[in-house]
Amino acid sequence: MSEFRFYSKLDLTILLGKKAKNARQLLEEMKVVPDSSIYYHTHRFLHLHHYITPQLPNDFAQWAFNSLNDDVLGEQLASIDVVQHETIKELRERFIEVVGNHLGSNGNKLEAPPGEEFYFLGCQTFVFPTEHVVNDLREFLSVLEHVTINSLYHHMFDAKLRLGRGENDFSAWFRGLGKTELADEVKKLDPYAHTLEGLRKRITVAVRRYD
Amino acid sequence: MIRLEDYAPIVGSATIDELTNLAHRLQGKVIQNINSTSVGGGVAEILTRMIPLLKQIGVDARWDVIKGNEKFFAVTKKFHNALHGVPVDVTDEEYEWFLQVNRENAEEMNFGDIVFVHDPQPIGLVEKREALGRNWVWRCHIDSSGPDKKVWKFLDKFIRKYDAAIFSAPAFAAKLPIRQILISPSIDPLADKNRPLPEAEVRKVFTQFGIDMSRPVVTQISRFDYLKDPLGVIKAYKMAKKYVDMQLVLAGGGATDDPEGPIIMEQVKEEADKDKDIFVLFLPPSSDLEINALQRGSTIVLQKSLREGFGLTVAEALWKAKPVIAGAVGGIPLQINHKHSGILTHSVEGTAHWIKQLINDPEYAKKLGINGREHIKNNYLITRHIKDYLLLFVSLFHGEDVVHLS
Repeated sequence: MSEFRFYSKLDLTILLGKKAKNARQLLEEMKVVPDSSIYYHTHRFLHLHHYITPQLPNDFAQWAFNSLNDDVLGEQLASIDVVQHETIKELRERFIEVVGNHLGSNGNKLEAPPGEEFYFLGCQTFVFPTEHVVNDLREFLSVLEHVTINSLYHHMFDAKLRLGRGENDFSAWFRGLGKTELADEVKKLDPYAHTLEGLRKRITVAVRRYD
Repeated sequence: MIRLEDYAPIVGSATIDELTNLAHRLQGKVIQNINSTSVGGGVAEILTRMIPLLKQIGVDARWDVIKGNEKFFAVTKKFHNALHGVPVDVTDEEYEWFLQVNRENAEEMNFGDIVFVHDPQPIGLVEKREALGRNWVWRCHIDSSGPDKKVWKFLDKFIRKYDAAIFSAPAFAAKLPIRQILISPSIDPLADKNRPLPEAEVRKVFTQFGIDMSRPVVTQISRFDYLKDPLGVIKAYKMAKKYVDMQLVLAGGGATDDPEGPIIMEQVKEEADKDKDIFVLFLPPSSDLEINALQRGSTIVLQKSLREGFGLTVAEALWKAKPVIAGAVGGIPLQINHKHSGILTHSVEGTAHWIKQLINDPEYAKKLGINGREHIKNNYLITRHIKDYLLLFVSLFHGEDVVHLS
């Protein structure tokens, strides 16, 4: 495993034609929407606003705070740590648990005003190879600087959760090179706590240390 | 002629490479756009810019316009209003005429591999699908979040014959048995309305209209239409002006077919006559450079709409790194992340409060503008629009959730 090819990805946003105006409806739809929808709503912010560190890391939390005016639910949804979950199934179950508990504890009747309903979206993802192939850490660094944020996003986020590869592609490759500590360090980075450019810098700094 | 590479300094050459990469996957396919007019209106504007760019990267994109007489367009105007939620009365004879014109056009037309139909006027062409096959996509450019039920029922019979329907905002999606895709509109950073302007040119426009650039200027660019709430803007200005010095510019085209339009315009003029710091500018349709300059020279840009299709004037102002305060309606919340890349408001009082805040805190206002520009760069430029269209076309040949292209 000496060669690493950078891939990139592009997403087409799918409208599911489903909406929720209160937490109960949100819960019911959360149980049945496709995986791509759970993924989309927990990652969209990162992609769309990749120049700012997300304060509310998922769309569900954002909606609970801003449209439902339910600060307790908003806080609980915002505190779900996406990085801790290995699969979308696990992630979905966690969201269902949080909304379900919230409803159970206070029988919440808050409703979003008309026009501010939660619209469920999903995405179809197109993955394709780029021309960049690297064989060692030095080459890796020179390419990492230039790839699009879509490429970075694919290897750091999609690889683990969407494609079910267990860990991000960079860590997997570093591990194959025998750079176990570097692999662990990059794996430990919380990619949800940085902008994508910030993440690029942090990976660069880590790789330089081990090169 | 503008080349796709001309956008590379703005979005990066890697983004342009990605578009070229996608375009290669459509080789041999004819993509035929069909709408109802070759000039005027947002659809014609975007196709005029987009088709040459698609051709440059090897996509065989074509554009046909259906033929119709005055009677036909009177019916489709009713459809347009009905999609916007205006109750209309369409007679059986009018529905029949609409279908007849569509059928006549279908007989004369050569269809491509992907038939990309824009808006309701040519929607009935899809009747040809049974005989021809091909891939059919319907693109709705209108806010269809609360359509007139009877007209929607008529259109729905055709929409469900398509492979996919495209809408501009999540709220516009409908209950349909076909795939629905979100593709937002875009602005062109190289068009006269958005291209960089020298400071001197901006100053010239402000001088021409007698606006003092040394004092804060708050501007709303839009039609004088009830839904754009120009009177609400004036109220907010008056409330804020008790605390901060500023001028207000309301600039835009004349009245619309909104029956209340002339009344609103009269009231706006009346208010402006009473206050020398309110400037009401009636701009002809060819005023792209003036609009560009007004946006660039303003301290704050407002878009206090009560209802909005998408509200691309917000993207235009954000692209110029201006702090924007806008109503949280239509597609505006997609363009502004509240307190990060602009301000979303729900009332006159809220708008007044934020005008005051942003004039008093220019550093924060500047930060909003910088973030706003970045957001528009990544999500609402024509290159993103091209990417979405290319993905849409490629998606017609791939059903899976994650598509691995070789």
